Amino acid sequence: MIDYDKVLSSKIKSIKPSGIRKFFDIAGTMEDVISLGVGEPDFNTPWAIRKSAIQVLERKHIIYGPNKGIAPLRNTISAHIEKKHGIKYDPDKEIIVTVGGSEAIDLTVRGLLDPGDEVLVVEPCFVCYAPLVELAGGVPVSVPTRIENNFKLTLEDFKDKITERTKLLILPFPNNPTGAVMTRKDLEPIAEFIRDTDIMVLTDEIYSELTYGMKHFSIIELEGMKERTIYVNGFSKAYAMTGWRLGYVTAPAPIISQISKIHQYGIMCSPFISQNAAVEALTACDAEVAKMVDEYNIRRRYLVGEFNRLGLTCFNPEGAFYVFPCIKSTGLTSEEFCERLLFEERVAAVPGSAFGESGEGYMRISYAYSLKHLMEAIKRIEKFLKKLESENES
Amino acid sequence: MNDIIKILQQNARISNTALGEMLGITAEEAAAQIENLEKSGVIKGYSVIVDDDLYDKSTVYATIELKVTPQRDCGFDDIAKTIMMYDEVESVSLMSSGAYDLAVEVKGNNLKDVAFFVSERLATIDGILSTSTHFILKKYKEKGIFIDCEEHDERGLC
Repeated sequence: MIDYDKVLSSKIKSIKPSGIRKFFDIAGTMEDVISLGVGEPDFNTPWAIRKSAIQVLERKHIIYGPNKGIAPLRNTISAHIEKKHGIKYDPDKEIIVTVGGSEAIDLTVRGLLDPGDEVLVVEPCFVCYAPLVELAGGVPVSVPTRIENNFKLTLEDFKDKITERTKLLILPFPNNPTGAVMTRKDLEPIAEFIRDTDIMVLTDEIYSELTYGMKHFSIIELEGMKERTIYVNGFSKAYAMTGWRLGYVTAPAPIISQISKIHQYGIMCSPFISQNAAVEALTACDAEVAKMVDEYNIRRRYLVGEFNRLGLTCFNPEGAFYVFPCIKSTGLTSEEFCERLLFEERVAAVPGSAFGESGEGYMRISYAYSLKHLMEAIKRIEKFLKKLESENES
Repeated sequence: MNDIIKILQQNARISNTALGEMLGITAEEAAAQIENLEKSGVIKGYSVIVDDDLYDKSTVYATIELKVTPQRDCGFDDIAKTIMMYDEVESVSLMSSGAYDLAVEVKGNNLKDVAFFVSERLATIDGILSTSTHFILKKYKEKGIFIDCEEHDERGLC
C-alpha cells in the first residue's frame, strides 16, 4: 500500500480547503434549497460574444496562439484601460492574458515572492489570496477592514503591519464579499504612503465594471502608481464569461517578462476561442454590460432595504454583486447562523468568516439571482429570524 | 424601459415597499407612480399566468388567422373591435404578414366549442374572407414566465 501522506508535499497538505466549498457541499445534498451563494452572474454571455466564438470555430484554425495572448486582444485591453483610466500599457511588453483573474493572481505572487516575504491581504476578501501566497512561499498578513469605514481600507489599518519583509499589498476592490469600493479620495493617502516604500500593489479589479451610482476608480491613475502596481482584471464578472476562463495582468515590463515564464511553462496560453471572442466583449458590449448593471442595481437596493427592515444591519455596498448584512444582533456566530438557516429554512448563504476573521458576524449574500429567487429567500430569512426571536424570548 | 414596468412584468403582486426598495424610492412614491401609469392608461390591468395542465386540463386554446377586407376610413379597426367583444377571445392583434391580417387567440372548454365559435361567430362576420385555425397543444413560456420546466441552476460556488 502506498502511503499517500508521504507522497504528498507537506506544503500542499497544510493548505486549508475553501470555506465556501465546505459549506456548500452540504447544501448540494439537500432538496428545495434556495442558494444565495454563487459568485458568478446569472446572465448568459452576451450573444455578440458567443456569435463571435462560433465564427472562430467555423473559420479559424484553433491553435495555441502566442504565450502572452493574441495581439488583437492585448491591443484591445490596452485601449480599454486607456479609455477607462487614462493610463497606457504597452500591449507587447506590459500585458499578459491569463486563464481567469485567478491565474493572474497566482502568477503575480509566484513572480514576486521569495520564501518568507510578507503579503498584506486586505480582509474580508475572496478566499484565494492567502493560500496562493502560502503556495508561493510567502507569508500572508491579514489586514482587517472595518464596518465603521464601510469596509474600505485605510492607511491606519495596515501601517503598523509593515515590516522589512513586506513586499506586496493586495487591494481587492470592488470587494468580494463586502461590495465595498475605494474612491480616489480613499486611495490617495494609501498611494502617498506606498510611493515612499518598495512595496508593490496587486490591485484585483475583477468587479470594476459593476459599480452603482459611481464610476470605478483605479489606483493606477494616481501619480507614480502605475510603476508600483500589478493590475488584474478579467472577463468573468462584467461580461458574464466565467466559463470562458479569461483574465489579464498589466504591469511594468520587467514584471510581465518574468511572470510570463510561469505562464509559458505552466499554462502555455489562454484559450484561443475565448481570446478571440473577448475582443468583441471589450469593443461592442458596453450596452449589454449597462443593462446587467441596471438589473443588479435593482436587486442590490431591494436586498439592502429588506435586510435593514429585518433588523440585520446592512451597509450600502457600491460594487460587485454581494451584500454583507450583519447578523450579530442574533447572538449567533456566522457559521451557526448560516448552518441553522440552511438546515431550518433551506437558504444557503456563505458565513462571513469564510472570508477572513474580520468577516465574523456577517454573511455574504450574492444577488446574481432573479428577483423572484431573492424575494423567496427573504421570505424564508424573515421566518427564520422570527423563530430566533421567539427562542430568545422564551 | 421604465424600471417599474420591468419589475411589475415579472411580478405584478410585488408590495409597494419592495418595489420602492428596488427603485430607491419610498413605498408611497412607488404607489403614486403606479397610480399615474394606471390613470394615464399605460397600465391596462394585471393578470395571472396559469399552467392549464395543472389547473384545468380540458381548456383549449387556438390561434385563428383571419383574412379581412379592410373598410374605408377605419381599415381593420371596426372588425377587430367586433371580434374583441366576445368573451371567448383572449387576444386580437393586427399582423403585417400579408398571408393574413388578424391573429385571434380563442379559449374554449373543448375542441368543438372553439371550432363552432370560429365557424359560426367569426367566419360569419361581414368582411372576413377566410379563417385558419391552429390549436395550441402545449405552452412552454408565456409573458416571459416558464410554464413547462423549472429553471435549473448549474452554477457552482466559487
